Formats: sequence, structure tokens, C-alpha cells
Amino acid sequence: MAAPVMTRSALIGWVVLAAAIGGVWAIQELAVPWTDPYYTDIVVRVGMNLLAVMGLALVLGFTGQFSLGHAGFMAVGAYTAGALNMYLHWHPVACLVAGGLSAAIAGVIVGLPSLRLVGDYLAVVTLGFNGIIIVLIQNAEWLGGAKGMIGLPTFTNFGWTFTFVLLGGMALRNLIASGQGRVFQAVRDNEIATRSLGIDTTRVKVTAFVIGAFWAGIAGGLVAFHRGSIFPTQFQYDRSIELVAMVVLGGTGSLSGPLIASSVLTALPEVLRPIAQYRMVIYALLLIGMMILRPTGLLGARELTDVLRFKKKSAA
Amino acid sequence: MTVFLQQLINGLSLGAIYALIALGYTMVYGTLSLINFAHSEVFMMGAFMALYLARWTGADVHPSIASVSLVVVGTMAFCAVLGMTIERLAYRPLRKSGRLNLLITAIGVSMLLRNGTLIACGPLASFPTLLPEAQWQLADGLTVRSMDVITLSVTLVLMVALHHIVERTQMGRAMRAVSHSRDAAALMGIPVDRVIAFTFALGSSLAGAAAFLRAVDMHKIDPEMGTNMGLKAFVAAVLGGIGSIPGAVVGAILLGLSETFVSGYLTSTYRDAIAFCLLIVILLFRPSGILGKHAPEKV
Repeated sequence: MAAPVMTRSALIGWVVLAAAIGGVWAIQELAVPWTDPYYTDIVVRVGMNLLAVMGLALVLGFTGQFSLGHAGFMAVGAYTAGALNMYLHWHPVACLVAGGLSAAIAGVIVGLPSLRLVGDYLAVVTLGFNGIIIVLIQNAEWLGGAKGMIGLPTFTNFGWTFTFVLLGGMALRNLIASGQGRVFQAVRDNEIATRSLGIDTTRVKVTAFVIGAFWAGIAGGLVAFHRGSIFPTQFQYDRSIELVAMVVLGGTGSLSGPLIASSVLTALPEVLRPIAQYRMVIYALLLIGMMILRPTGLLGARELTDVLRFKKKSAA
Repeated sequence: MTVFLQQLINGLSLGAIYALIALGYTMVYGTLSLINFAHSEVFMMGAFMALYLARWTGADVHPSIASVSLVVVGTMAFCAVLGMTIERLAYRPLRKSGRLNLLITAIGVSMLLRNGTLIACGPLASFPTLLPEAQWQLADGLTVRSMDVITLSVTLVLMVALHHIVERTQMGRAMRAVSHSRDAAALMGIPVDRVIAFTFALGSSLAGAAAFLRAVDMHKIDPEMGTNMGLKAFVAAVLGGIGSIPGAVVGAILLGLSETFVSGYLTSTYRDAIAFCLLIVILLFRPSGILGKHAPEKV
């Protein structure tokens, strides 16, 4: 097809992305030094969760594959980034990208055999993968073992976190709107029908898994450079479950819904800090109440833009 | 050889506890297709209930057959009621919605119970000695503890009772029917809601018995004790083929044995990874577990 190098809307998209990244760095340079570090810290933690959640939104929300091992990919990314920085003294950004890539490779290794399993069995295998990763790290002395890896640079700040959030958000939004994105949703809605159309559904599922793992790996790398230390217990299966809860609460089949849910759920424990003793109980009650009262999640399969405009924008 | 026999005894004893918990997972999965994450918390709260019952009956100071039996029966009854309450309040309102919602609710219930117990009962409690603690030296390096004998015999009795309930009673037949096809069972006039409530009660009471045995053996209980045990028991249920009652027992014994043999012969640091490696290997070759039935997808 003799398509132009770049369509008008694609050009606008790139300009908006560049402007947004510029805006993030303007905030980093101008506003962050004047803000209470406590609040900046919460916002950065929200950003790291956003990255992990958007990858899982693709796997769980759009492709319908129930993965309970997403935190395992974060661990792979975090420890790859940490080790490359510690032993080879790579620049943190290079470490982050390498962390994302190694998580993606882990995604292929886990995904290829296990994505032939359906439903809950896949969930269990990914859960198992998460458990194995943690045990392996705990037994690897050169990665700090159970005592954790310490002494990494504290590189993660508002600017870098949200640069990656914007890149990831843009990439996933475009992917979901593309033909490949339709294929993901077709697998979710009816795998057998999709297969009968000649689509290799295992391949589609592995692709989604790998992309999700990549962004989880980036998120893990950011976590490693956030406090300058990482511990295996940070990436245990309760973290994976928390990420699944964020996607389901936000709405499966929506990208902005999980992002809103993860922002709220990350910030909520901080808001509830005055009643610290009861905050986990309140968190749990909210989760149950939300599921009973609004089973489709916050936005269902819609996006924030649909809700704000009250009708779906036709594709240009 | 003595090492082998010793690990065999330890493994069977551990597997028996896993089996009692795994049965609850597998029965609930059979009827609702739900991974009941709250089940591990029922186990944990059973241990705390056993502690309070022991204090109330005075069994912690002067254990007698009557008072200890009262503790066991009371714990099992408490867990049964707890399981039914969870089902009634949290799962039944979601009967018509998606399975993912049910799963998230189960996770929420689990968090609620764990953190609620932490607030109400504190982070750690020591558990009194309720059962006689003897050791018999059968050979050099081969000891049998009274706790192992008690655990295995209690488990065996409960298994026989469960088998009788599931295979020989009206309610058991209804449970099997609901597990086979909930819609068809409802059309045949089986009160599905009541059967599901009974399934929860039955599974939870077994978890209560497991909690009692575990607490007596460990001498300490904490609100986190359910998390790891629950996860292992769930893995055991999947190993055996989730939804299958004999499968849960087979999977649990297999898991208990492999864990003790790995920590006995190789190294104990990789012990927790064994459960998951075993799981992945078995699922790759037998995707529906050892005794699970393969259900072909229908268009």
C-alpha cells in the first residue's frame, strides 16, 4: 500500500506525545523541587503502578488471559536493571530498557508452554512462575538473596516515571486501536471462533503476554531505582493479585479505567493513613462492595474519553 | 533407608494437613468454579478459634479428652458457619456475574479476614499443648511422633466420613449433581443454593480440623499462617485435578512427600519452589491434573 509516511492524525499524535513529555519535564524542573517530597513520592509510586497495570490491562482486559504472575515480571525487570547497574555500571535508562526486554523474554518462556492452558489453570501456572522467581532470587547471593539488593542509585523521579508512562500509554493505546488490537479482543471474546478464522491464537496470546511483561519489567526497573534497594518480598504473589484487582476494578476491556483504579488504590492507603490500623480492612471492604454493587468495574469496557464525550468518536 | 522412612512419615503427615485444606478448595471449585481465596483465612481463623475455645474450656491448663474433643468439634463448627457466612454475604450476590468478579471478591474477603484478625487478635499468639507429645524411636534416626500418628488417623477418619457423605447420602448426591451441571441440577429440583452452602460448610469444617492439628503441632499461630498453607493446598488441589475429591488427596500427599524429600535429600532453601515446579510440569503434561477430567471445549 502506498500510504504516506505519516498521516495527519499520526503526526498530531506524535506532537501531543512530545508536548506531554515536555510538560512532564517542565513539572519535574519547575514544580517538583517546591513540592513536599512525600506527595511527589506518592505520585511516583502511582506512576510505577500505572506502567505495570497497563501491561496487565492488555493481557487480562483486552486478551482475556488471567495472569496471576505479573509481579514476577516486575521482579525480572527490577533485578536485571539492578544487576546491570551494579556490576556493569550501565546508565539507569539502559538498565530500564534491558530490564523490560529481559522481562519480555521471561514472558516468552512462561507464555509459550502455559498459554495453551485455559482459564484458571493459566492463572495457577503464572502464580507458580511468580513463586519460583521469588525463590530463585532469594537463593541467589549475587542478587542479594533474601536480604535484598541495596546500594543502587536513586534515579527514578517524577520526570522519568511519567515519560515511560506516556510512552507506554501511547504505545498500548495505538496497539489496541490497530488491527492487532482487534485480534486480541477477538481472542478474549471467543477463542474458538477466532481460531476458526485461521488466526494462531496461542501466538496472539503470547504476543500480549510479552508486551505486558515488557512494561511490567520497565515498572520493576523503576521500582529498583526508586529507593535504591529491592527485596524479593516486594514482588510476591500478593502484588500480582493487587495488580489484577486494579484492572478488574477499573474495568476489563478499558485502558483508562485500570489507570484510574490504580491511581486511586495506590493513593488510598496514604489518604487512610490517619486510621492506619483499619486501612487494609477498609480497602478490602471497598473491593468487595465495588464488585457487588458495580460488577463491571469503574468504566466497564469504555474509555474515559467515551464517558466524557458521551459518544464514541468515530475513527478518523 | 531410615532417612527415607523418616521423610516418608514427615511427608505423609504434612500431606495430610494439605489434603484437609485442599478438599475445601476442590469442592468449592467443583460447585462454583471459584478459586476460593478466602479458604486459607478460614483455616487461619479456625486456629484462633481453637485457641479461644481451649482457654474457655480450660483445656490449655488441664487438657482432658472431653475438653479437647469440644475444642475440635467447636473449631470445625465455627469454620463451617464462617464458610457459609462468607458464601451467603459475599459470593451469593454475585452468582449471576462473571467469574473474575467472584474471584476479586474472594481476594477482598481474604484481605478483610486477615487484616480483621490482625486487629482483633494481634500479630502472634502461642498455642497450648493440647495433645500428648510422645516420640517413639523405631530405629536409629527414625522417630515417630504422636502428633504424626494423630494427624494421620484424624485425617483418615475425616476422609472416610467425607467419602460417606459425598457417595452415600442424599446431600452428597445433590453435591455431585450440582458439580456436574448446576443448571441441570436446578431443573431437577435440587435446591442449588442450599447445596452450595452445604459444600462451603463441609470444606470449611475440614479446614478447621486442619487448623487445629497444625496449631497444636506448631505451638504458635498468627494471622499470616493461612497464606502459605492455603497456597500450597490450592496447588495440591490443582495437581490432583481441581474439582476432584480423590484428586485433592492424591495431589496433597504427592506435594507433602516431594517437599519433605527435597528438603531431606537436597536442600531446604528450594523447598517452596518445589510445589510450583511440580505443578508446572504436571500441568504441561496433564493439563487437567492427575485425576482431573478433561472437558473438551464446545462451540
